[in-house]
Amino acid sequence: MSETLANRASPDAAKQLDIFRRMLRIERNDDATRSQIRRGRITAPYYSARGQEVIPSTISSLLTNDDKICTIYRGIHDMVAKDMPLRPLWAEIMGRVDGTCKGKGGPMHLTHPETGVMVTTGIVGSSMPIANGFGWASLLDGTKEVTIAYFGDGASNIGAFHEALNLASVWKLPVIFVCQNNGFAEHTRYENGTSVDFIAKRAIGYGMPGYTVDGNDPFDMYAHAHAAIERARAGEGPTLLECKTFRFMGHVFGDADGYMTKEEKEEAMAKDPLPAFRQKLIDTGIATEEQLADLQAKIEAEVQDAIDFGQASEAPSIDELRRDVFAEEIPA
Amino acid sequence: MNTDTLNKEAGEMVKMTGQQAVSAALFEAMENDPKVLVFGEDVADREGGGVMGTTRGLSAKFGDLRVRSTPIAEQSIIGAAIGAAMAGYKPVAEIMLMNFTTVAMDMIYNHAAKLRFMSGGQSQVPMVIRTLTGAGFQTAGQHADHLEGWFCHTAGIKVVAPATPADYKGLLLSAIQDPDPVLFIETGKTLFAPGEVSVDQGAIPLGKARVAQEGKDITLVTYSSMTLVCLQAAAELAEAGISAEVIDLRTVSPWDKDAVLASVEKTGRAVVVHEALRSFGPGAEIAATIQEELFGKLKAPVRRLGAPYCAVPFAKALENAYLVQPADVVASAKELCSRG
Repeated sequence: MSETLANRASPDAAKQLDIFRRMLRIERNDDATRSQIRRGRITAPYYSARGQEVIPSTISSLLTNDDKICTIYRGIHDMVAKDMPLRPLWAEIMGRVDGTCKGKGGPMHLTHPETGVMVTTGIVGSSMPIANGFGWASLLDGTKEVTIAYFGDGASNIGAFHEALNLASVWKLPVIFVCQNNGFAEHTRYENGTSVDFIAKRAIGYGMPGYTVDGNDPFDMYAHAHAAIERARAGEGPTLLECKTFRFMGHVFGDADGYMTKEEKEEAMAKDPLPAFRQKLIDTGIATEEQLADLQAKIEAEVQDAIDFGQASEAPSIDELRRDVFAEEIPA
Repeated sequence: MNTDTLNKEAGEMVKMTGQQAVSAALFEAMENDPKVLVFGEDVADREGGGVMGTTRGLSAKFGDLRVRSTPIAEQSIIGAAIGAAMAGYKPVAEIMLMNFTTVAMDMIYNHAAKLRFMSGGQSQVPMVIRTLTGAGFQTAGQHADHLEGWFCHTAGIKVVAPATPADYKGLLLSAIQDPDPVLFIETGKTLFAPGEVSVDQGAIPLGKARVAQEGKDITLVTYSSMTLVCLQAAAELAEAGISAEVIDLRTVSPWDKDAVLASVEKTGRAVVVHEALRSFGPGAEIAATIQEELFGKLKAPVRRLGAPYCAVPFAKALENAYLVQPADVVASAKELCSRG
C-alpha cells in the first residue's frame, strides 16, 4: 500500500442506505442481464461486474449529475451506480432504436450525458486520457465538477494510464483515477502482469496521492472517495484509488474460470459485499428487513419495466448507417 | 500575428506564408470564440510558441489555460482534446509531426472519429489536429510520412490538406468551427511558400475543391505539396502545347467528387498525384471513382503517381527519386495525351 488517509469521512445513515440502493440496483440489473442472455434475448458479449458493486456505488453517492464518468467495457455497474435510467440502457444492450445510442454502440459503448456517463470504451486504458479533457474543461469553466476515470488493474500496465496520470498531475486536473483491481487482467493473474504489489504505489511516480482501498467495504471506500473528490473539487489535483475487489463471473459471460482455483473463487465469493452490507444496515438499525424488501421489489420492477421496454423497441433503421458518422447526414 | 494587416483596406491582398496564415487563423478563431483552445508540445510562449513558431504570441494574448504546452505524450494530448471537445470546447491540438499521430491512433481512430456514431449522436467531438509532414528535408523514415490514407480510411474524421496561404487560413477557420474532428495537414513545402491572402480572408468550406489552374486536355488531381508540383508540371506542359487543369482537392476526405468528375468529364484524361505511397493511397480511391463514373467518356486510363513502396529515404538522391517530380507528372500527362 502507499499512503494512509489522515481524516476519514464516514457515511451517515442516509448515505449508507443510498450506497446500498445503488449496489442492489447494480446486482439486480446484472442478474437480469445474465438471465436474458441465457434466454437468448441479448446476443452481445457481457462483462459482468458482479462483486464490484461497492466501488461505483460509494463513489456515485458523492457525485452529482454534473460530475462525469468515463468507464470501460466492464462498466454497466458504474453507469447504474450513477443512476443512468434503465430503459435506454436495456434497449441499447438489446440493439434497439430506443437505446441510449440508438442501438449503435451496444453494451461496450453506452453513453448517457444527462447522468454524466460520457464515454464507455472497449479499449483497455482509454478512459483515462479522455477523462483529463473533461477535467481541463472543468478548470476552464471554473466549476467544481469532477471526472471519474474507471479502469481495471490490467489497464494500469498500458501506456495510456501513465500518460494520463502524468498530465493530470502536471495540470492539477480534477480527475479521480479509480482502479477496480479484481485480481485478473482478462485471464492473467495480477502478479504475472504487474510489476508492483500495489497499483497505488504508482501514484508516487506521478506526484499524486495513491491509496489502496478495500473495494468491498463501503466505509473504507467512502473515506477514500470522499478525500479524493474533495481534493479535486478544491483544485488540488488528481488522486489514484486502487480498490481491491473480485469479479464473480470471470472475464466474460460463459467464462470457465480455468485460470483460478475453485477454492479461491469460493473464498472470494464468500466475502460477497452485498449481503454483508445488507445485514449491517439491519443490525445497526439503519433499515428494517421490510424496508429493504420493499426497496428490492421496487428495483426489480424497474428492471422488469426496462426489459419490457427494450423488448418492445424496434431494430434501428438501416438509414442509421449514414447518420452520426458526421454531424451532417451522409447522402444515400 | 502579421500586424501589418490591421492597417489595410478590406479586400486588399497581402503577402504572407502559410505559417503566417495559420497563425492569423488561430489568433482570429481564439479572439472570436472563447471556446477555442490551442495545445500541444511547446506551443506556449514559454516554450517558444511552437518548434516552428507558428503559435507564437497566442499564450501571451489568450492565457496559459487556453494555450497550453503539453508533455511529449501524444495519446494524452488527443485524449484531452476529445474530452474538452465533448465538454463544449473547440480544441486545436498540435501533433508536431504526422508520424507522431501513430502513437495516438487509438485516441484518434477508436475514439475521436467514432464517438459520435457509437453514442448515437449524443457525443460531439469538434476538434482539430494540426500536424506537419512532408519529405524533402532529409528527415528520413519517421518524420516525413504522408499518412492521410489511414485517416481517410477512418469513418468520422475529416482530412484537410491546404496548399496555399489563403487556403491555410480559410480552411483552418472552417476546421475549427466544424462540428466533427478534422485532421489538418501542414507541409514544410507549402507552409513557408509565400502567397497572396486577402486581409479579410474568411472561412473556406471543407469538402470543396479548387481549380488551381484551368485547362482542357488533361486533369491533374492533387492536394497539399503536390499541388505546387502539378502547377509547375502544368506550366511545362503548356510549353509543349498541352493544356492541363489542376484540381487542388483541399479536403482529401470527404473529397469533392463533383468537381473532379466535372473536370475529367471535360478533359477525358486524369492523373492523380500525391506524396503518399501510391499503393493503397487516396489516389486509388479517386482513380477508381473516376473509372466507375466516367468509363465510357475517358480517352485514356487514369494514372496514379505517388511514392514508391518503401520508407522515406535519407540520402538526397534517394529522397529526390522517392518524391514525385514535375518531370514525372509531365511524362505521364504526355503519355496519356498521346492516346485518343
